[in-house]
Amino acid sequence: MEKTHHSHYLEYRTLFSIFLLLLMFTGITVGVSYIDLGVFNVWISLLIASVKGSLVLLFFMHMKYEGRALIFSFLGTIFFLFIMISFTFWDVSFR
Amino acid sequence: MASHPDESGKKLGMWLFLYTEIILFGGLFVLYAVYFSRYFGDFKESGKTLNRLIGLMNTVILLFSSFAVAAAVTAIQKKEKKIALTGLATATLCGLIFLVNKYFEWGHKIEAGIYPNSEKLVSGPHGQNMFFGLYYVITGLHGVHIIIGMTLLIISLVFVLEGKVTSERFALLENSGLYWHLVDLIWIFIFPLFYLII
Amino acid sequence: MEAVPSFFETHSPSRYKGVWSWLLTMDHKRIGIMYLFSILFWFLLAVLLGGMIRLELMFIGQTFMSAEVYNSVFTLHGVIMIFLFIIPALPAIFGNFFLPIQIGTDDVFFPKLNLLSWYLYMAGGLIAIVSLFSEGFPDTGWTFYVPFSISTRTNVSTAVFAAFVLGMASMLTGLNFITTIHRMRHRDMGWMQIPLFTWSLYATSWVQLLATPVVSITLLLVIIERYFNVGLFDPAKGGDPILYQHLFWMYSHPAVYIMILPGMGVISEIIPVFARKSIFGYKAIVASSMAIAIAGSLVWAHHMYTSGMSDTAVFVFSLLTFVVAIPSAIKVFSWVSTLYKGSILMTPPLFLALCFIYLFSVGGLTGLVLGAAGTDIHVHDTHFVVSHFHFTMFGGTGFAFFAALHYWWPKMFGRMYDFKKAYIGAILLTGGFMFHYVPMFILGLQGMPRRYFDYLPQYEKGNFFAGFGAAFMIIGVFLMIINLWLSLKNQRDVSSDPWGGTTLEWQTPSPPALYNFITEPVVPDYPYDFSGVVERYSKDDKGE
Repeated sequence: MEKTHHSHYLEYRTLFSIFLLLLMFTGITVGVSYIDLGVFNVWISLLIASVKGSLVLLFFMHMKYEGRALIFSFLGTIFFLFIMISFTFWDVSFR
Repeated sequence: MASHPDESGKKLGMWLFLYTEIILFGGLFVLYAVYFSRYFGDFKESGKTLNRLIGLMNTVILLFSSFAVAAAVTAIQKKEKKIALTGLATATLCGLIFLVNKYFEWGHKIEAGIYPNSEKLVSGPHGQNMFFGLYYVITGLHGVHIIIGMTLLIISLVFVLEGKVTSERFALLENSGLYWHLVDLIWIFIFPLFYLII
Repeated sequence: MEAVPSFFETHSPSRYKGVWSWLLTMDHKRIGIMYLFSILFWFLLAVLLGGMIRLELMFIGQTFMSAEVYNSVFTLHGVIMIFLFIIPALPAIFGNFFLPIQIGTDDVFFPKLNLLSWYLYMAGGLIAIVSLFSEGFPDTGWTFYVPFSISTRTNVSTAVFAAFVLGMASMLTGLNFITTIHRMRHRDMGWMQIPLFTWSLYATSWVQLLATPVVSITLLLVIIERYFNVGLFDPAKGGDPILYQHLFWMYSHPAVYIMILPGMGVISEIIPVFARKSIFGYKAIVASSMAIAIAGSLVWAHHMYTSGMSDTAVFVFSLLTFVVAIPSAIKVFSWVSTLYKGSILMTPPLFLALCFIYLFSVGGLTGLVLGAAGTDIHVHDTHFVVSHFHFTMFGGTGFAFFAALHYWWPKMFGRMYDFKKAYIGAILLTGGFMFHYVPMFILGLQGMPRRYFDYLPQYEKGNFFAGFGAAFMIIGVFLMIINLWLSLKNQRDVSSDPWGGTTLEWQTPSPPALYNFITEPVVPDYPYDFSGVVERYSKDDKGE
C-alpha cells in the first residue's frame, strides 16, 4: 500500500475555467427550460445537471486523479441510487 | 502506531461519508421521482410560482463558493496561506448569502400561505401539496447541510490561521472542501428539478 | 507465558485510569468489550420481553398483561433485538476486537470515530429508554408503518429518533471498517489472503454504509410528518403510504444481510479450524459475500406483496428474491464440504456452528416459501413469517453470535470456560428453539396472524408448546452466559492458540497486548492452511 500522498493540485486558472464552464451550463439549462418539450424538459435538464455535477466531481473534487477504489465505489453508490429510484417504478408505473 | 498521517485514508473515509449523504438525499429523490411522474401537470404549475431569479442567484453563488474552496485547497498546497484564507472566507460568506436568500424565499412563500399543512395547500390540488412538501423538506435538509458545511469551513479557516493545516497535512481542509462541493453538487440537481420545470 | 502485559493492564491513552481508561479509550479491543457488555444487557432484556410475549400467548384471552401493554412489548422486543442487538452484535463486538488483529494491524483507522460510534450506540439506547417513560413506548411494531405511526398517540418520535441515532452508529462503524481494510492491512496481506470473517465484515460494511441513510431519511420523514403534517405519505393530501414501505424496506431488507453476513463469516472461521481442514471454496465464499451484499439490495419489495403494490412489481421482486438464495446456498455447501473427511474436533463453538447450519438452512428454505408470491399471500403476516425470520435471525445470527462468543472468549479474556455447561446450555437452547418455532410454522399455515393479542381456540395447543420452548431457550441462554461469566474466575492460562487456529489473532497472546502483536505477525500465503496445526497436534498426541 502506497503511503505517499498525492501532490497533485490544479492551477487556479484551470479551476476558474471549470467555474466558467459551470456558469455556461447553468445558462444553457435556464435557456432550455423556456422551450416547451414536454417530458423531455426534465430529461434534458437532468442531463445538463449531470454534466455540471461531473465537472464538480472530476475537477473540484479531484475525482479525476483518484485511485480505482474511489472511482468504483462512487459509481457503485450512484448505481444503488439508480436502483432505488428505478425499481420503485416497477410498482408505481404498473399500478 | 496510530500516529502515521495517512492523508489518503482520511480522504477515503470522507468519501465514504459523502456516499451516505448522497443516499440520504437519494431517498427524497425517490419520492420526488414518483410524485413528479404522478402529478406532472401540478408540478409544472407549482414550479412556475417559484422565484427563478433567486434560484439562479443561489446557483451562481454556490458554484462560485465551490470554486473558492477548490482554490483554497490548491493554495494550501502551494503554501499560499493568504489565498487559502481568502478562499475559505469567501466560500463561508457565499454560504451565508445563500441562506439569507433562502430565508427571504421561504418567507415570501409562507406569507402567501404556502407552507406544510397550510389551508391553501391542503385544499388545493394534490400535486401542488406534494411539490411544496418536497420543496420544503429537500431545501430544508439542504439548508441544514449548508450550515454544517459552513461550520466545517470555519473550523478549517481557524486551523489554517493557526498553522495546524499546512501543505504537508491538509486532510481537514480537503475533507471540508469535499463536503462543501457535495452540498453544491446536490444543489445542482435541486435547482432544475424545482425551479426550471415548465 | 508472555511477559508483555495484556490490554486489560495497559491503558490507552495512558493518562486515564480506572473507569476513564474505558470511557475515553481509543483501543479497539476495549471498545469491543464495552460493546460486548452493553449489547449483552440489551439482548438479555429483549429475551425476557420475548419470553413475556410467549407467556402471554400461552393461554387464550388475557393472561397477565393488557392488549396495549402487549403491543408495546412486542414493539420493544423488535426494536431492541433489531437495532440494539442483531445489527451491531457481530460487527461492533467481534468486528471491533478482531478485524484489526486479523489483518495484522494495531487499531482501526479512525479510533476516535470508533469511540464516538459507541457513544452514539449508548445514546440511542438511552433515548429508547426515555421514550418508554414519556407518553408510552410506541405500539406500532418495529416497522413504524404509516399512517399508524403518524397518528398514534404513543411516543413514536422519540423511539424513531433513537433508531436514527443507532443508524448513525452503525454507519460510522461500517465507514471505519472499510477504511481500515483498505488502508491498514499488513503489507504482506493481499485481498485474497484476508480471513473470511473480515471479508464478511467488508461486505457488511458496504451495506451498512449505503443502506442505512435510506432508513435515516425515512425515519426523519416520520418525525417531520408528526410535527408538520406535510402529508408526503397521506393519501388525503396526495401522498402515497406504500412509498413509505418502499423506503423502509430499501434499508430494512439489506439490513437483514447486515445481520447475517458477519454470522456467516464467523461460521466460515470456526468450521475449518475444528475440521482441521482448509475451507472449501475460499474464493466462492468471498464472492458470495459480495454477491449477497449486492443482490440483497435488489429485493426489498418482497415484504410488500399484499400491500397493494402493482402485480408487475410483485412478479419482478419475487423473481429477484430467488437469486439471493444462490449465494447463501453456496456458503452452506462450502461449510458442509469443509467438514467432509475432516478430522473433527468437537467443541462448543463447533457444536453451535453446526446448529447454525441446520437452523439457518431451515430459515433459508422457508424464506423461499415466503419469497414466492403465490404462497406468501397465504401466509403473509402470520406466525409462519415470525417463525421464518427467527430461524434466520436467531437460529442464524443469534447462534453465530454464541458460536463467536465461545470461539473467541479465550482470546478476549484469556480464560477457558467449562465445556460441559456450555454444551448443556447449547442443547437446551437448540431443543427449546425447535419446540418454540416449529409449532409457529404450523400455526402460521393454519392462519394465526402475527402481532395479535388473542386468538381462536384451535391455536391454543401450538401456542402452549411454543411457550414451553421459549422457557427452555431462556434457560439455555442464561446458562451459557453464566458459564462464560464464571470462567472469569479461572486462572488466566490460555495459550495464544488454544483451538489450533491459523488466522492472525492466534499469533497474539490471550488476551492480546495493547498494540496486539508483540512480534511482527507472519502472514501466511493462505489463511486456512492447517498442515502446521495438524503436525503440532499429532506430536502432542504422541507425548513429544
